[in-house]
Amino acid sequence: MATVTATKAASEDKELLISGSEAVAESLALADIDVVTAYPIRPYDTVMQAIAKKIANGQLVAEYIVAEGEHSQFEIVKHASTVGARVFCGSSGVGWMYAMECLVVTPPLRVPMVCLVGNRALDDPGAFGVEHNDALVVRDLGWMLCWIDTSQEALDTTLIAYRVAEDRRIFLPLAISADGAFLTHSQALTLVPPKEKVDRFLPRYDRGDLLLHPDNPITVAPQANEDWVIEIRRQNDEAMKRAVGVIEEAYADFRRVFGRGPENPWFEEYMAEDADVILVGMGTISLPIKVAIRELRAKGKKVGLIRLRWFRPFPFERLATALGRAKAIGVIDRDYSFGSPFHSGVVANEIRAAMYNADKRPPLLSFICGLGGREVTLEDVNKAVDMCDAAARSGKADAKTHWLGVRE
Amino acid sequence: MSALICEVVYRGIFQKNLAARICRGIVLSARKSGRWGIAFGRYGDSPQRNGIPAKDFAIVADTNEELEQNMARYEPKHVDVTVCVDDTLSKGVESWAWYGLQPINRLTEPNGTLLMTSLQPFDALLKDIHKKDAPYKLTLIRAKASFSGLWVYKEDHTEVRILGALAKIAPSFLTLDGVCEAIKEMEWGSELKVASARKAYDRLETREVKITEGNPEVPYAFEMPKWWEMREGVTIPAIPIGKPKEGGQGYVPERNPYFKKFSTRTMRPVIDFDTCVKCNLCWISCPDSCFDVMPDGTFDANMESCCGCGVCEAVCPVEDCITMVNESAFDDNASQWEAWRKDKAGYKTWLGAKIGDKKTTVRSHGFRFRGQYDEEIKQDLDSGGVEITAGIPGENAARKTV
Repeated sequence: MATVTATKAASEDKELLISGSEAVAESLALADIDVVTAYPIRPYDTVMQAIAKKIANGQLVAEYIVAEGEHSQFEIVKHASTVGARVFCGSSGVGWMYAMECLVVTPPLRVPMVCLVGNRALDDPGAFGVEHNDALVVRDLGWMLCWIDTSQEALDTTLIAYRVAEDRRIFLPLAISADGAFLTHSQALTLVPPKEKVDRFLPRYDRGDLLLHPDNPITVAPQANEDWVIEIRRQNDEAMKRAVGVIEEAYADFRRVFGRGPENPWFEEYMAEDADVILVGMGTISLPIKVAIRELRAKGKKVGLIRLRWFRPFPFERLATALGRAKAIGVIDRDYSFGSPFHSGVVANEIRAAMYNADKRPPLLSFICGLGGREVTLEDVNKAVDMCDAAARSGKADAKTHWLGVRE
Repeated sequence: MSALICEVVYRGIFQKNLAARICRGIVLSARKSGRWGIAFGRYGDSPQRNGIPAKDFAIVADTNEELEQNMARYEPKHVDVTVCVDDTLSKGVESWAWYGLQPINRLTEPNGTLLMTSLQPFDALLKDIHKKDAPYKLTLIRAKASFSGLWVYKEDHTEVRILGALAKIAPSFLTLDGVCEAIKEMEWGSELKVASARKAYDRLETREVKITEGNPEVPYAFEMPKWWEMREGVTIPAIPIGKPKEGGQGYVPERNPYFKKFSTRTMRPVIDFDTCVKCNLCWISCPDSCFDVMPDGTFDANMESCCGCGVCEAVCPVEDCITMVNESAFDDNASQWEAWRKDKAGYKTWLGAKIGDKKTTVRSHGFRFRGQYDEEIKQDLDSGGVEITAGIPGENAARKTV
């Protein structure tokens, strides 16, 4: 039985066959959350169902509030967090958009809300499949954003998310993005740690001097004009800068307590150290790319992958160093940014900006692929690698964005 | 001067159209002599509230380039002319848009001009206007404050009289002919208004104010914290709960020390503590929690926090127990209850004088009965002030009509 071998490998951890959403719910029970709000939208609803089940089964004691829409859903947890509750929330696609007003106010109020965004294409058309534009909408607002690609990472990252968001030096909301269908609805073998281990890693949420309580009388969010706003923004800026160190600290502690997890929190490097061509992407796109890389390596082609975990804060310095080693870079976006520089996706332009001051700036090719949940195929990846190969040889990138897997 | 910078300090809502029209008139009049100009409102004063001090500005310059130096701003750092269209603003102005109490002449340039509409003598005004460390001119147009009700514009010629006066104050920018032409052609098309402007030009009263003159009180100020000194999370300490007045009796609430609001007041409640039945209605109804509970169970309106809305007078069931009196009849914010406690007979005399003065108990703003507007206008046209024609609605309205 798989459970037996896994128990040997990871001592007290137990192995379960669970989806990315169920893995998040496992972590929520381990983190002993206090308040969770729900409003159904696919694919996020899988986590909401999993939490409901945990509460029904007596594995988690928490307030479970079904709101009448995403706007209230996010407002309720925002307020619960200000009175000291550990909270969870989430949504997908246009549901996330409907909560936009609350998403905007959460970072300035320094509410360490943890959310799951089950990435979904924005309407119209009302597709269910993955695109990253929903979560990316809050990229400038003070939300920490990360992308995961396996159930195990979903579980681990959720625990890390509370540790990071609720750190007094930060107090910023954090959204974990999981690709709709490919991760939210796909079950894989996942190690679940015991509660005692989690308690050693994750302290209680202490809101301190910002706690809304009769013993600590404060006014939250009074109206203020130009005399105050830029100072408030500057505070948020500082918190996001501090998040860099806190995230590294949290991952190091995670490795110490759980005996697994990456040394580099920011991105996964897969055969990238000696690669001539490095592809870059976020989320489950990593899986077909890794398969393609193994095939290409067998043919003697030095190709690697950098899978970005953290988008905010964006690891611009480490990325620039890692990517500077390549002869060509290919960024595959599962999102779009119409009318942007080179008509590229969001990640490609972030990386262009990150590398602008770098000593080594290999040619960068930009690709858009897998929109609306379309599968990213080996053929798509090979096509991207071929174009990057040509750029590596010529030392030049075309100032274009290539759409892969689109009927033409 | 290659640019003329004017501010118009006015009462929010009641005078917003008046201030805007004065500023437009300044620009359009200066345009007659080839000047460029802009007119704008202090953005932070919106949303306005009834009576809250607010500002509009008009800037005219010889060239568009000079004008640009003054654009994309909330308000200028200095003004050549401060126009004040309600003399109760002479006690200083506090608004939504800034912190602390600004003397009415704060932005006025040395040797600049403060132009007011007022029926008060110069010396009475200088009891209220704060001292300034530079000499300036105080000029007066004899008129009462031109107040209207919500969104209503009172056609009493105040705007053209201000323009006529400005032609005298800054003739190199606004010629009297330019003002008259602008009035005729551009905005109003009225010969009567032109006549009003010319009369104001002739009748403008001027007095030089020395640095030794004025109210010596230092207005309360507020220092803005640095970003790292501010509490995070857009969070501020709550106002603490209050304390008993004395000997465990009464109750005085704590109040926001940084936003007092009293400069919003054009009228204040005057209270007869001898007839008070301690019914609590004023205390409960006051939207600004301005009533302190006294040890004897009566209520003292705290003049630092009273906006002068008049709700207390409206709800008070005892005739003449709470009476709203024009702010110009007072020189300080001292406690009425303390004065009453010290000298009851003296207080009765003082009270009688305040609430018996028909000129000061008439409502400063709004219309109290149908047809009041027409009646006032008939008498108001450049008559050097207006006779009292209106009282207060309710049971005592008739008695307060002159």
